Amino acid sequence: MQDEPTLIELTKAVADFLRNEITPIISGHNAFKLRVAINILDLATRQLTLGTDSDREELERLTNLLGMKGTLMELNRVLAERIAKGELDLRTSGLAAHLWQTTMEKLAVDQPNYASYKRELARDKDA
Amino acid sequence: MMEEKLAQSVGSWFRDAIGIAAVERLSGGASQETWRFDIVHPEGNVGAILRRAPKGYGAAPSRAAGLNAEAKLMQLAFDAGLPSPRVLHVLTTEDDLGTGFIMQRVDGETIARKILREQEFADARARLTHQLGRVLAGIHGLPDAQLPELRRMTAAKELDELERDYRSLNWPKPVFELALRWLRDNDPGPSTEVTLVHGDFRNGNLVIDRDGVRAVLDWELAHIGDPMEDLGWVCVNSWRFGEIDKPVGGFGSREELFAGYEAAGRRVYPTRVTFWEVIGTLRWGLMCGGMMQRFREGPDHSMERAMIGRRASETEIDLLRLLAARGN
Repeated sequence: MQDEPTLIELTKAVADFLRNEITPIISGHNAFKLRVAINILDLATRQLTLGTDSDREELERLTNLLGMKGTLMELNRVLAERIAKGELDLRTSGLAAHLWQTTMEKLAVDQPNYASYKRELARDKDA
Repeated sequence: MMEEKLAQSVGSWFRDAIGIAAVERLSGGASQETWRFDIVHPEGNVGAILRRAPKGYGAAPSRAAGLNAEAKLMQLAFDAGLPSPRVLHVLTTEDDLGTGFIMQRVDGETIARKILREQEFADARARLTHQLGRVLAGIHGLPDAQLPELRRMTAAKELDELERDYRSLNWPKPVFELALRWLRDNDPGPSTEVTLVHGDFRNGNLVIDRDGVRAVLDWELAHIGDPMEDLGWVCVNSWRFGEIDKPVGGFGSREELFAGYEAAGRRVYPTRVTFWEVIGTLRWGLMCGGMMQRFREGPDHSMERAMIGRRASETEIDLLRLLAARGN
């Protein structure tokens, strides 16, 4: 077990420094690059915060859906192959729900402001 | 040095030009450059754009139509009365500037977020969708006999290419797999109509002012194929920039687009349009993956490229919304 602060705290500290201290004093193309850099650190923070739980749940769903054990990468490969062969499709119980859940969890990390994601998230909350 | 050669070239074909000014490189990678400049003239300056591939970068990627074909298509569009820049000059060996062409600059906006949100474009937004339909019909109606040599594509060929691109990423994406399977199962077969296809008709490649569309740019992906491809591509969610309930570039409805297209005397095949929208969504997702790969392999190790890899998931949710929509 590593010491503290956690990776989340460290990454967030760098992102906040760049956002609050550097953004006001930089311009032109470098301002654009800085914005990208801050976005990357924010994404990393989100993944560090959310990724462990969502990976564990995805693995659990895949194990049930495919009836076999393996790593996330291995099981995703098997799922992809079975969809390609037509052995699994949207009529397969649990497949659509699994793909939706997994995709929503990706967006929560990658692009939480994407309009399609926000629309679907509101739907989840209403349900 | 580039400026001197450019000035010399302009002097040789633009009558009474005194010189050039305000030369500025706009964008592009090593293989293709875009420059903006003014032709200085006693009766008033003329805004111009140079698109060129410097010497040694002649070979275009396999999908690209090539700069000479682009110039030809733009001029054809202009001559047909479609919104297009006028081509002023196609580079020759005497110019010593590589291959490419010089066109007249068209004033207006290309940045989608501004066009979709600023008051200045409110009138344009109201009529754009119908207008885009008519413009597409015009492009698809350009006379076959005058077209330059272009790649011929079909849905089946496009699918093969997408599948190859996807497999080469070697990264399992069950949603992409689902989309590929859906596309194989729903391929509408060869199109009865085969025409010029712009190939990248979308927000970002359209110059728009307060009256509507002024110019269609970037014919790099032009080819011969199913005209419904252009109607599907302009509806891909990635070009709606947040206005997700207005499928046509965030401006309007498919019905308005189709009405504009049919008003210009061409027929719409809606199921083919949907098919191409799914292909287009998947294609943009794979392009995001491709940029991630180029970041990893080194030629462009920029943060921007890396981050685009994390936008593939946007197309995954859009594919699910298209193919596995949840109830309202």
